[in-house]
This record gives sequence, structure tokens and C-alpha cells, in this order.
Amino acid sequence: MTKKLTRDDLLTAYRTMRTIREFEERLHTDFATGEIPGFVHLYAGEEASATGVCMNLTKDDHIASTHRGHGHCIAKGVDPVGMMAEIWGRKTGTCKGKGGSMHIADLSVGMLGANGIVGGGGPLVCGTALAAKLRGTRNVSVCFFGDGASNQGTIFEAMNLASVWNLPVIFLAENNGYAEATSYNYSVACDTIADRASAFGMPGITVDGFDFFAVHEAAGEAIERARNGGGPSLVEVKLSRYYGHFEGDQQTYRAPGEVQNIRDTKDCLLQFSRRVTASGELTQAELDAIDAEVKALIDGSVVKAKSDPKPTEADLLTDVYVSY
Amino acid sequence: MARKITYQQAINEALDQEMSRDQNVIVMGEDVAGGSGAPGEQDAWGGVLGVTRGLYAKHPGRVIDTPISESGYVGAAIGAACCGMRPVAELMFVDFLGVCFDQIFNQAAKFRYMFGGKAETPVVIRAMYGAGFRAAAQHSQCLYNIFTHIPGLKVVVPSNPYDAKGLLIQSIRDNDPVIFLEHKALYTMEGEVPEELYTVPFGEAAVVREGHDVTIVAIGRMVLKAQEAAADLQKQGIHCEIIDPRTTSPLDTDTILESVEKTGRLVVVDESHPRCSMASDIAGLVAEKAFDSLKAPIRQVTGFHSPVPFSDALEELYIPSAAKIVAAVKSVKEYK
Repeated sequence: MTKKLTRDDLLTAYRTMRTIREFEERLHTDFATGEIPGFVHLYAGEEASATGVCMNLTKDDHIASTHRGHGHCIAKGVDPVGMMAEIWGRKTGTCKGKGGSMHIADLSVGMLGANGIVGGGGPLVCGTALAAKLRGTRNVSVCFFGDGASNQGTIFEAMNLASVWNLPVIFLAENNGYAEATSYNYSVACDTIADRASAFGMPGITVDGFDFFAVHEAAGEAIERARNGGGPSLVEVKLSRYYGHFEGDQQTYRAPGEVQNIRDTKDCLLQFSRRVTASGELTQAELDAIDAEVKALIDGSVVKAKSDPKPTEADLLTDVYVSY
Repeated sequence: MARKITYQQAINEALDQEMSRDQNVIVMGEDVAGGSGAPGEQDAWGGVLGVTRGLYAKHPGRVIDTPISESGYVGAAIGAACCGMRPVAELMFVDFLGVCFDQIFNQAAKFRYMFGGKAETPVVIRAMYGAGFRAAAQHSQCLYNIFTHIPGLKVVVPSNPYDAKGLLIQSIRDNDPVIFLEHKALYTMEGEVPEELYTVPFGEAAVVREGHDVTIVAIGRMVLKAQEAAADLQKQGIHCEIIDPRTTSPLDTDTILESVEKTGRLVVVDESHPRCSMASDIAGLVAEKAFDSLKAPIRQVTGFHSPVPFSDALEELYIPSAAKIVAAVKSVKEYK
């Protein structure tokens, strides 16, 4: 049984989800101006997943992320100010401007990196989990991946390997319904991604990814099982992304009104706020105060990123090797 | 104290001694023990050619058989390296690169750079390479050039037992990802190898033979073919200098250039295919940096732009021979 959420936990959950949302909404706005370089894949709409999962983790647990990784980074404790600078290609960024949106990583908080390769993280978390097992720590590793990656061989190999070695891994499938522009209904050959768990001898469960509490509980159970030596699990979180595969994608493949309907009826922040204020656990004023603080944080991160220096020629060839 | 052991034994000894020295060193791969979960003998194989034999019993829990899932376990080795382990993953045949390359070149090789210098990935990936075993097109390639192309990887190609042990120990202790390639035909080669631990540094070529007429740069097993050719040429009054780069990344360009500046002639011997190869890379380097020293065109002795054939009649034609090296050396020596 996962531990009950305290008032502080609820405040943390809301703040994390709001930070991700604000970060992503701001990127969406700023990307349209043409100032942000490269490819940006936004996590807006999926906040309950990263937050619900990562609130069960410690700094010493590891996660591997996807190209839609900003939310995972923030939820795992990567500094949003450094992230914003990174996305703007600044030397002050989390990765000195050498990684960008698709490669934000911070090993000091157990974040193994957003990953530009779909399904790239599965094998990696088997390694961090193997290290934890060999060293006798109780740390776990979580591989976030999408419905697109659910069809990659790396994920199948990793699920088999994790099960064969009884590793403390949680395969966290974020099923947002679209692999780029191709529907899950077309590309996944079974009813649910969780169905695939049985093929690898592990428990599988599908949860509502708009519901922070459902994700937190389901992931918490899987994480607790892994910590206690019970081996890997597959948790499928069904959710939706509000923006395109990448910024600039007009999403013409989606039904008219599909996103707006989800925003109006299922949005994770909306549901969370209603629930915690109706129960009296938090007040609207508390949530409003967090909104204001988060907005100031993200506004400040953009102002800073814009004025921070870019890397220079002296940085071009550093960090290729530890020594060469 | 040095005594004679084989290239294969030298590799086994390096792994054994490093595993004893550092608990973070683990060995993983397909049948590196052999017999896991099976009713018979454990450590039944010790690797498909027995290179890791005996390590399983000496280092309980740290010699780990894997499913046949190269992406899975090579990636796991990389992930484990990210949090301080020093895994040595065996890719059996380097040809299997095709089913795990993403983990090597998009993940391990790039982490440090993409993450702004904040990651270390001290993983070693060992693999057999090379032709001569009638193993045909999918078990006989060299492919060191492909790894050498990738910034972030170091690539090691030992040509003798002494270097095999010293370079493997260096590979395990090195803090960057290392591809350690073992030519199958060298496994039985004997040589003097110290019993104690020692390292051979990366990026330092060995001048295997000194000479003033023609420089031969040879990779891996081709060092032996070059030595055979040089002995023959010596009888004909042509004195070859043989350089074994030992690592193709980093590459000791200084030693190569200094030698060519002395001899004015270069033959590069590379068992791999000729296009975008170590041979063409080294030839390009010398053409660009030592053009004024050259007294003759550079010659490359390589395999062909074809898959490695199966039939012995064809495979022997494919592999660069001492006779071909002799002919190439004579052609540059006699060039007017």
C-alpha cells in the first residue's frame, strides 16, 4: 500500500504539475516567435504522469525519458531555469547548450536524459537497475516511453531482460494516442500496451493519466514492489498531449475539437484542483499563490535565458571525452 | 614476471585481475559463462571461444549471461556505467553491431557531450572481428573504422598478447566508452606477458620494426602480415618501418607522420573494406600533413569492396596477404 498523501505532498504535486504546464505553455508561445532553435516536443497535458510517478522516487532513483522530456526533467528535480537556458541554446543551460530540448539530463538527480531515439531508454534503465541490484541498494529505475516506443525492439528486449534478471525497473508507457502522426489504434497490435506485460512475466496495469491520484497510486505500487525485490512492472498511463508531436505540427490528423474537449473535461490540473478544494485539503488561494510563484519563476527563466551568453568556439570541442 | 601466454589468455587474465581489483567491474554477454538456467554444467562455455572461461567461478554474481538481446544488454552495460559500474560487455562478433549500434553511437558515445560534460560512461564493449575462419559475411568483418568515425568512442585493436592485456586493463580503467576488438586469428598467438597488472596507454603507436625505406602502418592482425612481408623484403634489401597504431581512436598521428617524414613512402595495411577505411583515413592524413615528404604515391593494401566470402578459395583472396604487401612496398620503393 502506498503512503497517504500529506498536505505538503498535495502542494508539491500541484506545484510540479503547474511548473511543467507553465514551462510548456511558455515554450509554445515563444516558439511561435521563431526565437527558439531546433525541435521542441511539449509535454503539456501529460503532467499527472511525470508528477505522479516521480513523487514516488528519490534523487538516487533513476529515470530515462523520451524526446518529450521536459515534464520528466522537472518532476525529477532538474532546475527549470537551467532547462530554459538549455532550450534557448545558452552556455548556462543544464547541458551548457550542447544538448538542447531533446537531451536534457542531470545525473545528479537521477535523470538519465531526455532521449532523441524512440525507445532508447529501456536498455539504459536495465543498467542502472542492475547496478542497484548488484550494490544492494533499494533504488529503482523508471523508463518513460510512449506508445510509439512501445513497438520498438529495445523496449521488448529491455522488458525481457528486466524480467530475466528480476530488476527493479518500472516500464512507464505514456500512451498519448499518437506516435508522431500515427494513431495508437493503427500501430499497436493489442488492445492495451499493458497487455504486453504478461508476455514478459511481469504485472501490467492501465491507468487514467489525467488523474494524478490514480497515477501516483499505480506507479507507487509498482515502485514499492520493485524496491522490495519484486521485479519489474509495466504501467500504462493513458493521456493526451495538447500540442503537436513537435512545435509547428498543426495536428490535422486529430479530430476537430479533440484537444479542446480534453482540456475542458479531463485536464489533470483542473481535476486535481477541483478534488483538493472540494475536499478542503487545499484552498483555491493556496493554488492561486502557487500559480503566481510558478509564473514568476518561468518568466524569470525566460528573461535570464534570453540574456545569458551562448557557448563560444572554445566550447565546441570540450566534453567529447573525459580524456583523449 | 613475464611468461609466454596466448592472446586469449592475456584477455582472460586482464579481466580476472581487474575484477579482483575493482568490484565495480562486471562481465556480461551471451554465454560469457554459458549454461545459466540449464540443467548441466555452469560456466559451460566461458564465451563462445572460451575467452572468459573460469571467471564465473572466481567472481560470483559478476559474470552475467544475457539473453540474445544485444541492444538490451549493451544498453544495460551503458546504463550501469552511467552510475559508476565498469561493465565489460561482450558483443561476441563485431558484426552484431547492427543490432545494437544505437546504444553505442547515439547513447554511450554522446552522453558526455550532450549532457555538457556531466556524464561519464566507463563501459568496455569487447568483440571479435576479422576474417580467416570461413565464417562468411556476417561473422568476419572488421568494422573498427565505423567506431573510429564516432566522436566519443575510443577504439582499441591489439595485435599481440602483451598489448591485449595492457590495453584491456587501460580500457577498463578508462572513463570513456571503449570498443575493444579482438582478432579471432590472434587468440592462439603466444607472447611474453607480465603476470602483474600494467596498462598500455591509448594513442601511442608501437614502432614494431624500424627501417628507413618504407613506412608500413598496419592494423590488428595485419601487423603480423606486415612483419612477414618486411622479413622477406629485408632479404631483398628493402628496410621497412612497421607502425602498429594499437588504438585507432585516439590515433597516434605523430608517430606515423614522423616515420613518413623519415622514409618518404607509405603503405597502409587494413583488412577491412577499402572505402572510408582506416587505410584511407591514414592515407588522407599523410597526404595532407606530410605531402612534402612523400617520394611516391601512398599505397593501400586492403580487403575488397565486397562482403567477406565463405569459400576458402575466395576468402584467402580477400584477406590482404604478405605477398600483396611485398608488392605494394616494392612498387613505392621503385617509384620514379
